[in-house]
Amino acid sequence: MSHRELDDMLGTRWRKPHFVPNPVLRWAFIAGFVAYLIAAFATIEVDWGRVYEGLDRGWQFILAFTKPDFVSRAGDIWEGLLESIVMTVAASVVGILISIPIGLGAARNIAPLPVYVICRGIVAVSRALQEIIVAILLVAIFGFGPLAGFLTLSFATIGFLSKLLAEDIEAMDRVQAEAIKASGAKWMQWINYGVQPQVMPRLIGLSMYRIDINFRESAILGLVGAGGIGATLNTAFDRYEYDTAAAILILIIGIVMALEYLSGLIRARVQ
Amino acid sequence: MPVLDKQGAQIWRRRTQGETLFRWFGWLIGAAVFVVCWQRISESTTWFFVWDAPRIANDIWTRATPPRWEYITQLGRPIWDTLNIATLGTLIALCLAVPVAFLAARNTTPSAWLVRPIALLIIVSTRSINSLIWALLLIAIIGPGVFAGVIAIAIRSIGFCAKLLYEAIEEIDQTQVEAITATGASRWQVMAYGIVPQILPAFAGVAVFRWDINIRESTVLGLVGAGGIGLQLSSSLNVLAWPQVSLILLVILVAVVISEWVSAKVRGAII
Repeated sequence: MSHRELDDMLGTRWRKPHFVPNPVLRWAFIAGFVAYLIAAFATIEVDWGRVYEGLDRGWQFILAFTKPDFVSRAGDIWEGLLESIVMTVAASVVGILISIPIGLGAARNIAPLPVYVICRGIVAVSRALQEIIVAILLVAIFGFGPLAGFLTLSFATIGFLSKLLAEDIEAMDRVQAEAIKASGAKWMQWINYGVQPQVMPRLIGLSMYRIDINFRESAILGLVGAGGIGATLNTAFDRYEYDTAAAILILIIGIVMALEYLSGLIRARVQ
Repeated sequence: MPVLDKQGAQIWRRRTQGETLFRWFGWLIGAAVFVVCWQRISESTTWFFVWDAPRIANDIWTRATPPRWEYITQLGRPIWDTLNIATLGTLIALCLAVPVAFLAARNTTPSAWLVRPIALLIIVSTRSINSLIWALLLIAIIGPGVFAGVIAIAIRSIGFCAKLLYEAIEEIDQTQVEAITATGASRWQVMAYGIVPQILPAFAGVAVFRWDINIRESTVLGLVGAGGIGLQLSSSLNVLAWPQVSLILLVILVAVVISEWVSAKVRGAII
């Protein structure tokens, strides 16, 4: 701020600076936003009568959380939950194992250009397709069951983990890696002693985070027939068995919280 | 650093024998768990379908290409709905996430023993349940349609936005807050002039980031009946109209790429 400006401003009231300094741009932005909101609200059809009727059921559902029913469908819940966990574990293991070489290939500082382009392509495809759409296609191809869910989660893990691993490798300290290379290490030894120790803490942290995400996703894959607790949950909603649905949701939240706590502990230890 | 003494020659080892043994044991258990999981998946898979998969995949591919381009005229409205679900959902979520974030942050919460755990519980429980499940639940309560989608996206986003926001609030520079307090400002004035300007960039970043994720999620909400382009996808899948399915998937892919591009641009401009 120049002195002249400061002199002019002396004695005048201070105003908060605006978030977007250019007034034309600011007002255009606000006007566009208001116009969009009006258009959006005008096109949403809300059946308020139906909503009003539903409030009662909504209240019942909230009440169901105070007395969840774990017992009457215990068999189905247990089966579905076990399948979800099994899918999560298997898919996380396979996904992490595959994403390490792809992550190495997608790091520009250690991979040659052709490998880099191919690996980045795999990452881009895997990230652009959502789990549920991949699951629909895989169910159509491989049939119903946890195999489709397992493949979906593995595929999604590859995109997530490879990208973040590659970014971490690209940001690593070159000096350490060069020191190992200068001692006459082969490529594998170079990766093992020069690169791996630098990225390992982050890789473990990201893997834990991905296991957490995989479990959450495995809870919905059942909606399209790819195995897991989602099918049980869907049935519970369809039959208006809110107490069972509440029990399942409480279990999911509990497991996610436990996983998050565990991954927090592990991440704190390795970092 | 463990050094092995073998016939007078000293050999360097990375770990002691006990550590190595412990690690091998850990890997053994991990491998056993994975094998058990894989067996469970394998048991509930019809392997005949899996061996048949390449033929089926090829079959679907020949049916799905070329996409039915003229169908795009019917997709305008669903795309508009999808955009609305994501945008309005994000807006509602932000309105609800701001108070929750202030209640959850250690330095702004009114009571660390009573209010903070409740706010954290809201964050965890809305975050751990996927928007598809929220949609499923809301459809049972307020009926199918765009409105259920908006609310589902809003609820799901509260936890995510509030978590990132409260972390930003906890990381603010305390000296600025003290400076405002020293001028004799009231609690709300401290909030408006000491805290809010510091978290505004983080807030804008979170909003755009979540909007991008919500565009992705709202494209599939229609699968359970909550409006948007997913409705068209699900009805096309139900009648096995593969050329329409491939066109819808292409449109979704384009929408995801555009939203990611917009979000990256906006975040680049803010931060």
